[in-house]
Formats: sequence, C-alpha cells, structure tokens
Amino acid sequence: MAAIEILGLEKTYTVGFWRKKPKQALKPLHLKVEDGEIFGFLGPNGAGKTTTLKLLMGLVFPTAGTARILGMAIDEPRMKAQIGFLPEQPYFYDYLTASELLNYYGQLSGLNAKLRSRRVGEVLNLVGLPDIGGMQLRKFSKGMLQRVGIAQAILHNPKLVFFDEPMSGLDPMGRREVRDLMEQLKHEGKTVFFSTHILSDAEALCDRVAIIHRGELRGVGAVAELTSSVHGQVELVWQGTAVPASVQGFGAECHVTGDTVRAVLPEDKQDAAIEVLRRERLRLISVTPVRASLEDYFVQKLQPTEALAGAQP
Amino acid sequence: MSARIVHIAANTFREAVRDRVLYNLIAFALLLSGAAILVGQISIDIERLVVINLGLTAVSLFGIVIAIFIGIGLVSKEIEKRTLYTVLSRPVRRWEFIVGKFFGLTGTLFVNTFFMSIGVFGALLYVSHQFQKADGWVLVALYFIILEFVIVTALALLFSSFSSPLLSAVFAFALFVIGSFSEDLRGFAAMAHGVTHWLATCAAYLVPNFSALNVISSVAHQQPVSGQLILYNTAYALIYAVMALSGAVVIFEHRNLK
Repeated sequence: MAAIEILGLEKTYTVGFWRKKPKQALKPLHLKVEDGEIFGFLGPNGAGKTTTLKLLMGLVFPTAGTARILGMAIDEPRMKAQIGFLPEQPYFYDYLTASELLNYYGQLSGLNAKLRSRRVGEVLNLVGLPDIGGMQLRKFSKGMLQRVGIAQAILHNPKLVFFDEPMSGLDPMGRREVRDLMEQLKHEGKTVFFSTHILSDAEALCDRVAIIHRGELRGVGAVAELTSSVHGQVELVWQGTAVPASVQGFGAECHVTGDTVRAVLPEDKQDAAIEVLRRERLRLISVTPVRASLEDYFVQKLQPTEALAGAQP
Repeated sequence: MSARIVHIAANTFREAVRDRVLYNLIAFALLLSGAAILVGQISIDIERLVVINLGLTAVSLFGIVIAIFIGIGLVSKEIEKRTLYTVLSRPVRRWEFIVGKFFGLTGTLFVNTFFMSIGVFGALLYVSHQFQKADGWVLVALYFIILEFVIVTALALLFSSFSSPLLSAVFAFALFVIGSFSEDLRGFAAMAHGVTHWLATCAAYLVPNFSALNVISSVAHQQPVSGQLILYNTAYALIYAVMALSGAVVIFEHRNLK
C-alpha cells in the first residue's frame, strides 16, 4: 500500500475584489509515495509545495481530485492520529513552555498521561532541546522554534511525517541534525515527505523526488536514476599547477585551485590525457565520470515546457 | 463531551490567564471598594441600591468587553498566526475546535464573574452590615449576566470565523448595544406599519434580547424574579448561543486556511 496517493488534486483560488479572477495554485497532481521512503518535494518559492501540503492536511479544500494517506481519506481522524506535520516557519502558542505545548499536542493526539510525559522528554532530547522544556516559547529563537516544530511532528510516533521546509532557520549543525533525524525515521520504517528548495539536502537524503513548478508536476524519479546519466565526459584531477598544452588541445576545460588542477574533457580523450600526464610526471589524483547533478535535473525541469519540447529531437 | 474539546477549552482558559485577562479583577476591586466607601459616606438609605446597581453593571460591562475582545480573536488570531495548522493536522475536527474555544472563553468569564460576585457581596456587606433575604435575587441577576456572556461569546466566535478582528468587534459591539434596547425595538415594530413593521419586527427578533436578561434594576429594588423568566431566559440564551455557534461551525468547516 502506498503511504500517499494523490489522485488529480487541484486547487484554484479566486482573487480580486469581486473574487472573479481564478488563480490556479495547483494543476491536477498525480503522485504516489511508497511506504518507508524519504520523498523530496522540490520546487522554487511559490511553486505549489505548501499548497499541496495544506491540501493533504485538510487545511484547504481541493477544487477537484482527491488523495489517500495510509489508505484513508484526508479528513479521516484515524489517519491524522498516524501522521505528523511541520508547517513552514511554524509559530506556536508563545504563552506556553515547550513542555506544555508538547503535552497539549500529545493530549490532542490521544496519548495517555504516562506516555505523554515520557515522549515529551524524549523528543525534546532528540531535537537538541533537553534542558529548556520549562522556558516559554516567546523567548525562543527561530531555530529553536523550528526544532520544537519538528518535536511536535514526531511526538506521537507517527507512521508518516510531513515536513514543510524543515531546514529553514537552522544553522549548519541544526541542518545536519535534522538530516540525521530523517534518516533515523526512515530506519525506523517511517515514511518522510518533505518539501524543500535546498537541493543538496534532497540529494543527500531522498530516495525519490518530485519537482513542481508553477503548480505543475515537472518530474518524478529516484535520485540515483536522475543523477546517473553520464554526459560523456570525465573529470581528471592532478597535483600541481601545470596544465600541459596537449591536454588543453583535447578540448579540456581546466581549473587550477591551490595545488590541484581539475580538467573536464571528452571520455574518448581520457587515455591520451592520462598518458600525457604520466609523461609530464604529474601525479594523477582521480578520474571520475561527470554525472548530472540533481541541480542539473532541477534546472532542466524548471525550463518552460515549450522550450523543452523544442529542444527534444 | 470529547476529551479534545476539554483540552482545547483548558488551553483557551490558560491563554486568557497567562495574557493577564484576570487582571481586570484588580480594576474591578478598586472600582467597587472605592464606590462602596464613597456611597457609604454620601447616600442615605439607598446604599444597597447603588452598590447593587453599580456592582452588577460593572460585572456585566467588564465581562462583555472581555467576551468581545477575546472572542473576536479566538479563530482569526489562530489562522493569522498559523497556530491552527498543528492543531487541525491532528485528529481534531473543526467543530471540536470551535466548541472547545467557546467553552474555554465562557469558562474564563465564569471564573471572572465568580470573583467579581464575591466583590459585589463584599461591598454589599460593607454598606449594609448584614445580608437580607432579597439579596438572593442578586444571584439570579448574576446568572442572567452569565447567560449574556454565553450569547456574546457565541456571537464573537461567529464573527471571528469569517471576519477580521476589527470588523468582528464592530459587529459584536453593535449587536450588544442594539440587543440591550431590543424591548424598545419591539415596541417600535408594534407601532410601525407596512414594510417598516416587518423589517423592525425581523430585526427585533434577530438581535439578542439582552433587555430580558437585564434584571439589575429590579433586584436592586429587592423585587423578585419569576421562575418562568428564569426558565425562559435560560432556554432563550442556550438556543441563541447554539444557533450562533452552529453558524460559526458551518462557516469554519468550509473555510480555506490560506
């Protein structure tokens, strides 16, 4: 059974003073997220990521289409007891302490008092806030609020977690910890669906990604597949600052950084270039095929549909 | 009642307490004790009348102001600050949220009124040195004031479910003022003819009848309140509040939380 099954979900808002002008925030979206995977929902700002998440959480109602989460309808309370949600730039009741807030959310999620008390301590520890459970949230920094947001999303041990821009507001250490946490969730058999526009996070974490732009799904696939296409080029790295003229003659693009040289050249010139380096007594460090990055794929998918159609043979 | 409604109500009460809403009790205590001392010095034989009138009117006005100013933000503030997202993504139905908020605020007003009532009876004891049998009717007047709060809270929630806090405050205050003169409106409707008669009659029955809930003057004059009026007012306030609350639920159930 798929963890999330989106069947033609669509959202059109009416804007303007008389609310007569339609604005399509999400074009019919079909998407399936398998159980136990980390799924990245990528797109630039305003692409429709948050709208999709709000539709799945039942915060806004679809114009058309439907979705099933853990095999249940999106307004089913039994389903909501099994999911966690971190909204973008979360804001919480600032008159509460972190422990009180989590305790309240635990009550709403149906956890009993004993379990709540244990889980509140556990999740605060897990998100790196072990000693400040008694501090009012109005005194928290943006990064600390983000951590509390993550804590409330996993408090009730959900099977499926939705994170909307989970790395937002976090310092490098915090981002690393959240990445580790997501991997831990996956290791525990949970499904993680997260939206981001930070591609390095997605590339490092996701089993599969979907790219959305202007409310339209532009591509879906496994990260390994999307980044495996070889451009027919190799990258040679050698020690030193010297670039033999014959290597440049192979059509290589060379960059000198410190005491290393990186050269990207056609695959069929690889052996000849290595032979030149050996002759010149330059120490070869690595030879790697040039692969498409997730960024390449992302940029390609963000190009207008017409341009892509025109570019294809 | 579902446990989730109780938790939401408790959190609403806690918010009001932490936002220092109950600090109004200090202002109330100062007002009432000052009035009692002053009345004791300048009035002859009407101290009880003045203290009951002033005390109960203050209880009513303080509570109405709290009901409107907190009530109008109960839903809109949660949407604006997005605190609602992490509540509604849990197994909480939208109607449970509205009902929980309603009980949270009416609970706050009940506690507030309880402490103010102690103040009123304290001032009464100060000026008359002993309680009289007719003072029991003050409790009925306080009960009617709580019924007023129930209606105003439900109306504030109704406006909060679709409008901005400013407009909600204007609507709620306007209804409170018009409702306080609803007997006059009904009198006018009876005298009017044609379309005016129908419009005035509709308006008179649509606005909450706060005139019927106001027995402050009669209990101050030690006049009894009939059991029939108590029953009628109780049924009226509950039905009116349930209708307003149902309206809030229907609107909120269909609202996109952008």
